[in-house]
This record gives sequence, structure tokens and C-alpha cells, in this order.
Amino acid sequence: MISSLPMLPPFLPLLIGCIAALVLRGHLRSAIMLLAPIWGGLQLAGLEPGIYWSMDFMGYQLEPVRVDKLSIMFGYLFHLAAFIAVVYALHVKDTLQHVAGLSYAASALGAVFAGDLLTLFVFWEMLALTSVFLIWARRTDRAYSAGMRYLIMKVLSGVLLLAGAIIFIKHTGSARFTEIGLEHDGALSLGAWLIFLAFGIKCAFPFLHNWLTDSYPEATPTGTIFLASFTTKVAVYALARGFPGTELLVWIGVTMACFPIFFAVIENDLRRVLAYSLINQVGFMVVGIGIGTSLALNGAVAHAFNDVIFKGLLMMSMGAVLHMTGRINGSELGGLYKSMPKTTILCIVGAASISAFPLFSGFVSKSMIMSAAVAQGYDVVWLLLLFAAAGVFHHAGIKIPYFAFFAHDSGIRTTEPPHNMLLAMAIAAGLCIAIGAFPAHTVYALLPWEATYQPYDITHVLTQLRPTETMMAWVAVLLTGILLLYYI
Amino acid sequence: MSKQQVKPDFFDKPENISKMLKVFYGVCILLVVADFMVHRHIYHSWENIPAFYAVYGFIGCVMLVIVAKAMRKVLMKEEDYYDK
Repeated sequence: MISSLPMLPPFLPLLIGCIAALVLRGHLRSAIMLLAPIWGGLQLAGLEPGIYWSMDFMGYQLEPVRVDKLSIMFGYLFHLAAFIAVVYALHVKDTLQHVAGLSYAASALGAVFAGDLLTLFVFWEMLALTSVFLIWARRTDRAYSAGMRYLIMKVLSGVLLLAGAIIFIKHTGSARFTEIGLEHDGALSLGAWLIFLAFGIKCAFPFLHNWLTDSYPEATPTGTIFLASFTTKVAVYALARGFPGTELLVWIGVTMACFPIFFAVIENDLRRVLAYSLINQVGFMVVGIGIGTSLALNGAVAHAFNDVIFKGLLMMSMGAVLHMTGRINGSELGGLYKSMPKTTILCIVGAASISAFPLFSGFVSKSMIMSAAVAQGYDVVWLLLLFAAAGVFHHAGIKIPYFAFFAHDSGIRTTEPPHNMLLAMAIAAGLCIAIGAFPAHTVYALLPWEATYQPYDITHVLTQLRPTETMMAWVAVLLTGILLLYYI
Repeated sequence: MSKQQVKPDFFDKPENISKMLKVFYGVCILLVVADFMVHRHIYHSWENIPAFYAVYGFIGCVMLVIVAKAMRKVLMKEEDYYDK
């Protein structure tokens, strides 16, 4: 049935969902918003690699829809992320948020399927213009200011991309978005660096990252789920396509993996802790892209896939806490497991996944990047990533569930969040476990580069289980078991 | 719901917490012991150092907390810092 439908650009189903959100109301709107990502995902399954659309623009060939294994992998990821985020936001009656969320997801899809730099620029800007409304939709002064700062950085990134693209297209004679690299001479070098910097802003490179930790925690509880899924992952995609094997990225990535954990340890706003943790995880991906072997690149994109799901899950659990209690500072929360046991368990699944606990989704992809670092002789990088992995466990694996749901009892008594929020978290948690338990049949069947990898040999299991982590990870597992006994 | 609020919960009892901690310390020791007994295929010569991961993980976490506490003195600002 699907194959008999005309082939549509991959971003169109979500854009139709966005228009439905704009004009429809009630159950019909919900139904179409839910169907849009399913329809888009099914359509992707029928797409063969190739260029689907091309046109002339001022003498240059534009290819707005190019399909290959790398773009398909991100395509599936973004449809999945959009579906989960729509489910999570179903109870929201705010049209602005629905329209902004779906058009933002559609822009991300447009960007990963863009075959040329100018189309990429168009979707790059749309990402910024649509997503900022998810921050402003909080409708507070803080959110308004954070949104303005966010927009300024994003527009700067767009301007740099356009300038770099124009220089690059003029000197190479081709608009096609393929490997760019930094090894050029003269004006071409300037163009490449401008594009690199534009990607770097969206990817939250050190010193270009403040927009992220500033604005994401100011967005609405549901808006943050969209925000955490798309912008940085589009940037990871763009780096993997344009700058694979650029050694500078290894050092940028390792800095990104390490420095945010210090900030995350002392941060009180739990969604801001997760924003720092987001940069830290993107750091692992950037290291993988910088190493540039097929194992490392596959590890980077697999980790992007996993991160969207487990970081989304953690953000959703904190969003649920904010939605139900109106509070998000660790110092004001605690003891919520008594009134939100299901949310607690789902949060712990996310915590186990981001901590790369075996049989949860982060384990395999993080191991791939670290093995690739050792294989290429990056000893210090490997050691620092090991430290960063322990740090993630400290702030995202332990601090988040502990301060929100356990710690001292804050006396807050609430109820579980709405059913749709619980369902979205349950879908993400199910995926974390399914991907962790059956890696070869899920994410790893989609990997773009040719490589073989055996994730569950004994070295990986014992390596990832550093005893300090193990102790803490066991806390998570035991708490889950105990809570299951008590409440379900 | 109201019953739960009155009755002390599992995690409200200090003896339960101390039992759980003992289990975790036990697991911790078992894993370090396993590191000596199980032959691992290793990637890096540093992994030959006895209990490398346990020592590195411990030092890493302690350093993280000490440095972060020092950073707090410099970085921490009042909530209304930018409004002043």
C-alpha cells in the first residue's frame, strides 16, 4: 500500500502533521500528529539510496533530497524521536508548541536529507526559527530572554554556514554536500573553516556551547524533549558527513566529554544537569567522528541514536517531575518515588542506559568509540573518555534519580503524570532495553559504514563495569526490583 | 495513597539502607576479585595494572567531586545575579 503512494520528500509527512496541528483541534489533531511520524517512517522504509530530486539554481545543481545509509539512519531516528515527543506532548493544549515541535522535527529531517549546501542552509535556519518557539512557549521572562540569546547564536551559525557555503561552492564549482575537511589552501580553507564553525555552534563545541545549557532548561517540559532530540544530532550528522577523520575533532570531542561533568556535579536545576550531560554525550560522538575509522564513525552515529532515546527518557522523567510539582531544583525535591513510582522506574532505566550498563542501550555504542580510540593509539583520549564515562554515571546515572526521587523526603505528595507522558517514557525505556539486549537486530543493523563488531565479549563487560560504577549501577537495579515489588 | 504517607517506607528505615550498602560493597569487592581471576582479552597495556579500573574509577570520582566543590566557590551566583 505504502509503495503505491507517490514518493514524498522525507520532511513532508511531518510538515503535514504540523499543518494539521495548526488547523485541527481535539482528537482528530492528536490522531494526525501521531500518524505523521509513523507515515514518514514507513515511507523511509521504501526508499532506495539515490538522488530523488534535483534542480538548477544559478548554474549550480541543487539536490534537495538525497538518500543514503547515513541519512536513512538519522531519518529513522528523527521519526522515532518525533513520535515519542508527540506522545509525550499530547495532553498539552497549546497549539504553538505542537506546531513548533512538528515543524522543528520536519526541519531536522530536511537537513539530514539535504544533498547540497544551500538546501542544508535553508533547513539549518528553519531548525533555529521553529525551535525557539518551544522555549518562548514557557511564557516567562526568563524563557523569553534565553530564547533571544538562543536565536542570536543560531542565526550566527546560519550566517557562518551560508558564507562558508558560498565560498566553497564558488571555488569548487559544486554545491553538493559531501566530505569537506579542513585541509585546503587559500579562500577554500576559509570557506571550510566557516562551515566547520557553523556546525560547531550547533554541536555545542566548548566556548560555543552556552546557548544549550542556557536555553534548554528554560523551555516547556514537553518542548525540551524536542530540543534535546534534534539540533545537536543534526550537527553530529553534518560533522560525520563533512569532516570525518578530522583529528581536531578528537580533541574538541574529548574536551566536550570532560568539562561539562564538573558543571553538572554542582548544578541544582536537574534539567540543566541533563543539558550539561547532553554536551558530554555529544563529546563522545565528536571523538568518534574525529577518529574517522569505520568502527569509530559507526560508534558515533549509533551513540547519537541511543542518546536521543535515553537522554529523551531522562528529560521526560524530569519534565514529568516539573509538570507535576512545578519544581525542578534538586534541593527542593526528594522522596518522589512514593507518589511517582512508575516515573521513578522509567527514569532509572534511562539512568542505566546513559551509564552504559550492560544490556542497556548506551553500553555498545560507547564501547565502540572507546575501542576505536585505543585501536588508533589515542591512549590519553581513551583514559579521558573513561573518566568522562565515570562522570556521566555520577551526575546523570545517580544524581538525577537520587535527588528527584529519593534523597531526603521533601514532603511533596503528587501523582503520576498523565497517561500519555507515562506511555512516551515507557516506549523510550522499552527501546533502551531492546537496543541494549538485541543490538545486532536493532540500531546496529542500520549502521552506515561497513564493519564488524562483537559487543558482548568479556573485556567490554568488565571494562564498562568499573567497580565504583558497578556499585552505583547495582543501586539502580536493586531499587528497580524493590519498587516493582512494592508498587506493581 | 494516604496509607503510604503515614507508614514509614522501605527507604525510610536506616537498617534497610545499611543492608543495601553492604550488598553493594560486597558486589564491589567481588568484581575487583574477579578482575584477578578472569582472563580478559585486553586492548591496552595499562589494563594489566592490578585492579586498574577500580583504582582509576575511584580516583576519577574523588577528583571530580573535589574539583567541582572548588569550582563552586568561583562559579556560584545568586539566582537574581543578572537582575542586580
